[in-house]
Amino acid sequence: MKALRRLLLLALLVLAAGWFFTRPAPLSSDALDGYVGDATRGEISFAIAGCASCHAAPDGDPQLLAGGRKFASDFGTFVAPNISADVTYGIGGWSDLEIASAIITGSSPDGRHYYPVFPYASYAKAELQDVVDLIAYMRTLPASPTPSQPHAVGLPFNIRQGLGAWKALYFRDTWVLKDAQTPEIERGRYLVEALGHCAECHTSRTALGGLDTARWMAGAPNPAGEGRIPNITSGGLAWSVGEIADYLESGFTPEYDSAGGEMAAVIRNTSQLDAGDRRAIATYLKALPAVAN
Amino acid sequence: MKRAIKPIALLATAITFTSAAFADGHLSREQSSAIEARQSHMQLMLFNFGPIAAMAQDKAPYDSARAAQAAANLAAVAGLDHTGYWIEGTDSSVGGNRAKAEIWTDLDGLIEANQALVTSTTALADVAGDGIDALKAAFGPVGKSCGDCHETYRTPRN
Repeated sequence: MKALRRLLLLALLVLAAGWFFTRPAPLSSDALDGYVGDATRGEISFAIAGCASCHAAPDGDPQLLAGGRKFASDFGTFVAPNISADVTYGIGGWSDLEIASAIITGSSPDGRHYYPVFPYASYAKAELQDVVDLIAYMRTLPASPTPSQPHAVGLPFNIRQGLGAWKALYFRDTWVLKDAQTPEIERGRYLVEALGHCAECHTSRTALGGLDTARWMAGAPNPAGEGRIPNITSGGLAWSVGEIADYLESGFTPEYDSAGGEMAAVIRNTSQLDAGDRRAIATYLKALPAVAN
Repeated sequence: MKRAIKPIALLATAITFTSAAFADGHLSREQSSAIEARQSHMQLMLFNFGPIAAMAQDKAPYDSARAAQAAANLAAVAGLDHTGYWIEGTDSSVGGNRAKAEIWTDLDGLIEANQALVTSTTALADVAGDGIDALKAAFGPVGKSCGDCHETYRTPRN
């Protein structure tokens, strides 16, 4: 009897510890002290982060972040929420700290984890200044009174506390390319690994949905359906730095095929960057270890 | 050495031209020929689009006669009726092609997207011979119609 009680107590302790260690860890209340957002600079951060590509309503105004786009996955179907400036249905009523916390830590104002379909595991590496700029820009965009739709995700993935364990496994704020040998590679690394979140599609995932960093940018099954997202290390892509940079601007491959699928939306974003930033992205990709197809 | 290259090149060529046929072994003759016709259509577009794109991007010197001819061809190919291409059972799931299933659920959308290509290539053909600035201005909408259609109706490569 005594042994059973001890076992129960131990089980409770393990559960409590599990609960404790998997709880959301938002930004501290003073994290944004001293930061002032600049909406003009934020427009570029908004483009690099690709916010509109997921949160604009399908076939709607790209500036109206009403949500509603669906993302099928092995874990269920996720629906992008309304993140427009609407106070009731969007995030217009949130503080900068609450929005920054959502973007960087994947934690909601009411203390829940977001699903990693929201690429906060990449955004976690972003500079706080870029994030507050981005928020300042988002506040200039129109409001939409469209209610967010619930995700269609079944057991056990609908228990969001479990995402705390996912974060413990896969949440890293260290760079995948450890050694950026030039300032240009370093800039490219920042654009690609942080706000650009390129790896979310271009890198394959483990069974639990974490990115397989051993095959970084070496391509992956297309989460949206058929075909494969291509390998963009030198092991799969023979384009020069100039050709990659041109592609990110015009959407044309060196053979003049055009970008299609999800990449067409990405090009709409990368075409807004400075030419130097597009070149930095290309230089970073060429600096990655080549992974064979 | 030279003697070895020729058979290899021939073999490579043979594989290139027959692999589509192998992949589509279970398709009917009509289905296979529809897929081949679609891909040939795209090949013709690309063949004429390439030189214009190279000029528009300053990768090739502007050549008025060549630009005008390529743009005329492009507009002619874009204007071909393609409704016969989309027969049942020929989407990307049968292999050897990248046509998304959405084409069959939204044929009107595809036709509308193609109309944008007809309009933009016709406008390009009207001015392609009139100088590099005119070509560049008319080239943008053509590129956009390529991308818009591929965004919705083409799967990534396998």
